[in-house]
Amino acid sequence: MNLPVRLDEDGAAAPPRENGELAFSAPWESRLFGLTMALVEAGRLDWEAFRGRLIGAIAAWEETASDEEWNYWQRWQEAFEDSLEAAGLVAATDIDRLSGQLAARPHGHEHHHEHPTENDE
Amino acid sequence: MTADHRHGSESPETRTEAIEALLVGKGLVKSAAVDALVERYEQDIGPLRGARVVAKAWTDPKFRARLLEDGMPAIRELGFGDNTDAHVARLVVKENTESVHNLVVCTLCSCYPWAVLGLPPAWYKSPAYRSRAVREPRRLLAELGLDLSPDVEVRVWDSSAEVRYMVLPQRPEGTDGLGAEELTDLVTRDSMIGVERLQRTG
Repeated sequence: MNLPVRLDEDGAAAPPRENGELAFSAPWESRLFGLTMALVEAGRLDWEAFRGRLIGAIAAWEETASDEEWNYWQRWQEAFEDSLEAAGLVAATDIDRLSGQLAARPHGHEHHHEHPTENDE
Repeated sequence: MTADHRHGSESPETRTEAIEALLVGKGLVKSAAVDALVERYEQDIGPLRGARVVAKAWTDPKFRARLLEDGMPAIRELGFGDNTDAHVARLVVKENTESVHNLVVCTLCSCYPWAVLGLPPAWYKSPAYRSRAVREPRRLLAELGLDLSPDVEVRVWDSSAEVRYMVLPQRPEGTDGLGAEELTDLVTRDSMIGVERLQRTG
């Protein structure tokens, strides 16, 4: 019954808990969290290494002083993608390719905002 | 400026979908397992650990004494040590009695005894709960469905990064014949926060 890891409670790497519970503001955030934990639990991803990348991604974001709105789970995603590649599980190029394909789906799915697809198959 | 190339031009939603599809395709994860894991983190495990601690305290007076003296070493006895927070110096367990009711809050943020209770409920961090637990605990508890007799003293414990509190609820009457498993099932998360007093159900 043990959970694979203990999540940070305090500090930059702690997941947002704005409303008390783990604060997922969109389904993809909880998917991302679940995928990460599934790999950690399966022993395929090292939690401490991931956590180090997460802290790094957060620090890097803070240093860039971007106009982009803060989203903890986007930093998590960067760290996760890095970890996947480092662990040899999924290549970044594969994620780029497949997400590009998914984004190009014609209807009822994600559209690429700057370049609306003309695909109407 | 680290590697913005990495998160590409697609939305995180789409990228997460892609990652899941790739991981599932490689047989590295199962989608149902991901669902279950998220759920576990959200609710299951934490309160269950706390419930086991409570059930043990109800049935083992020596353990109870150790628990009330210093919570963290006591919960480690039950094997809950490895997920507990090394940086949380203390877990303080407050025992409810006929005449004392304890209530846990974190007025500053959302400090919570994760090690035993898992993830806190949404209302725990709400400004209303955080302020009213201190200002008007009786009224707050009544609104949450717990009407305390006027002769029950309410003690409110304000958590911090260093000290986390957990309530040891009273063992409900009529539970003498129950085993550890059945007792564990009686213990709710809310009772360990102190917004509920336990009764035997069913």
